Amino acid sequence: MKYLERGYLEKDELPPFPSEERLKKRPVAYIECPQPIPCSPCFEACSVGAIKMDNINDPPEVDYEKCTGCMSCLRVCPGLAVFILRLREDGKGEVTLQYEFLPWLNKGDKVELLNRKGEVVGYGVVNWVLPPERNDQTSLVRVEMDASLIYDVRAVRKVRE
Amino acid sequence: MDGRLVDHPILKFERGKEVTIYFNGKPIKAYEGETVAAALYAAGVRIFSRSFRWHRPRGFFCAIGKCSACMMEVDGIPNVRTCKVYVRDGMQVRTQTGYPNAEKDIFALADKLIDRFYPHGSHYTKFTNPLIRDFVLSQLRKMTGFGKPPKAVYEGKAKHEEISCDILVVGGGPAGMSAAINAGKYGAKVLLVDENPFLGGQLVKQTHRFFGSAKHKAGTRGIRIAKILEEELQKIPNVMVLKETKVFGIYNGGKEVGAVQKDKLLRIKPKKIIIATGAYERTLVFENNDLPGVYGAGGVQTLMNVYGIYPGTRGLIVGSGNVGLILSYQLMQAGVKVAAVVEAMPRIGGYFVHAAKIRRLGIPIYVRHTVLRALGKNKVEGAVIAELDEKWNPIKGSEKKIDCDFICVAVGLSPAHELLYQAGCKMKFVPELGGLVPLRTIYNETSVTGIYAAGDVAGIEEATAAIMSGRIASIHATVALGYGGEEAKKELEEAVKDLQEFRAGPFGEKIVSGIAKCMLSS
Repeated sequence: MKYLERGYLEKDELPPFPSEERLKKRPVAYIECPQPIPCSPCFEACSVGAIKMDNINDPPEVDYEKCTGCMSCLRVCPGLAVFILRLREDGKGEVTLQYEFLPWLNKGDKVELLNRKGEVVGYGVVNWVLPPERNDQTSLVRVEMDASLIYDVRAVRKVRE
Repeated sequence: MDGRLVDHPILKFERGKEVTIYFNGKPIKAYEGETVAAALYAAGVRIFSRSFRWHRPRGFFCAIGKCSACMMEVDGIPNVRTCKVYVRDGMQVRTQTGYPNAEKDIFALADKLIDRFYPHGSHYTKFTNPLIRDFVLSQLRKMTGFGKPPKAVYEGKAKHEEISCDILVVGGGPAGMSAAINAGKYGAKVLLVDENPFLGGQLVKQTHRFFGSAKHKAGTRGIRIAKILEEELQKIPNVMVLKETKVFGIYNGGKEVGAVQKDKLLRIKPKKIIIATGAYERTLVFENNDLPGVYGAGGVQTLMNVYGIYPGTRGLIVGSGNVGLILSYQLMQAGVKVAAVVEAMPRIGGYFVHAAKIRRLGIPIYVRHTVLRALGKNKVEGAVIAELDEKWNPIKGSEKKIDCDFICVAVGLSPAHELLYQAGCKMKFVPELGGLVPLRTIYNETSVTGIYAAGDVAGIEEATAAIMSGRIASIHATVALGYGGEEAKKELEEAVKDLQEFRAGPFGEKIVSGIAKCMLSS
């Protein structure tokens, strides 16, 4: 459990990613929640049974074939551990994540892309937002970025104009 | 707007009417609904009192009436905990330690001069002759001042009232509210008392979404859970709620309970009692840990999330349990910078996901590190941290200066066990549960029949477990009184199973082994 000495997951600790083929088909939930903790809202929110969890302390495991990318789990995750990933046909990638800071992000905003350690790894553009008032003050933000970045970008920060 | 937050991503601060209070004669702007301590803090006051002997500056620490560092004279009444008193227009507030006041105290010289010859604590070893020691201590105490008793003699008529109920619940936090709801729904006559003017306990400052299962309101923010529980309570007519009511004693093996509701004395005659008084924050030993600016993590949450007041501009968090990690995230949400999180253990103590969400925003987390000292004269102006070796000693040369103007101590909680102890329940010191806790059955009944403990007072866990343990205690008490029939008995077994399952993971291991040490057979 080396990740508990750092506060972030290294490559070899990450759950397996969905295949490129799957990522291209439609959005898919990717959950970075390796530690057994008593928490199950994602499992309960999933209407297609794509999240496997034997008991409340079991870490979630996503069946990428069953997952429809509906974002039900993303809306409720208290650990901000769910990311919806997608590879678009035009070669761009998208990450949808929870966002709870001011100023709120809007469609078209340019953002800094942060990796798991908080390092800026690039820039992206917000192309869809679920406003905070629609989800008890947790906004959902979809960010367009270079395809290769979707495996690393886990937070965004608004670029000050 | 001075030291107050205006915009917040999660919270809306609805401030009351603007009023003026007087602090050592100086007018200070405040809003109705704020405590005196919160209003003073917003106005920039950092020194709330002076230490008893050496006149060191003392500030705000816990914000929930436990630490006594904020005691002042309010409208002529000495020793008032200003974090528990709400502002009123024209209120006169004075510091009671130090001369002429706590902020500018000439006796503060004591800390600098006397300390050179009589280091802190040496009065216990230097003045070995009891006569000299008593004389010196009495003189030192005179210098500090414990406030002056009011001159006017109370001439009003003290009111008192007798109340009977089936179940008395002491404490209106998650455990207490859950207990009242679950006993009330089976028809028991319940009285719920809380010392605050609001229900919810410490839920009122938990802006994050809760863990657990959806059945137990996971995914919902703590602040909303407080509201949901309160609404459920209001729907039950046989539950009476008394706010601003303090229970001070349990007598005759739980047959009689003394309480004060504002200026009214209550004699409560319950058949069963559920104690859900929660916990208080611990502090940590390091140089200058009494400097204003060293705060309890929960104290900072109260200041920031309940009253909407900036604790500072840049904080250092000591302790990486869930409280420390969640607080770091909450500080960032309020626009306050977090310099770092330090953790003495070789790994993060709280949930990984809580750590990951601040780490990805660039907050460093230093494991195997501790805070060596706080820097600053009258308030925190920085801190020195250092790495620890295998034997927990600071490694020479690893010291690092951290730029910060406040330090949050998030090193755990201790059960607020006093009422249980006073009631005669058998207690045991169990480190896994945070300190002195009552022996109890699996239904949370203590060694005194009819007195139950629920929530953090029975062992430090978190709010979801508190809600579950309140449910177990109250249904057991309800069944014992003959309410609820088979349905209640069935729910009781279910509730016990739910909690067992909740604690079955690695995070529950410590709790489970702690409880095993204080289990009574039922």
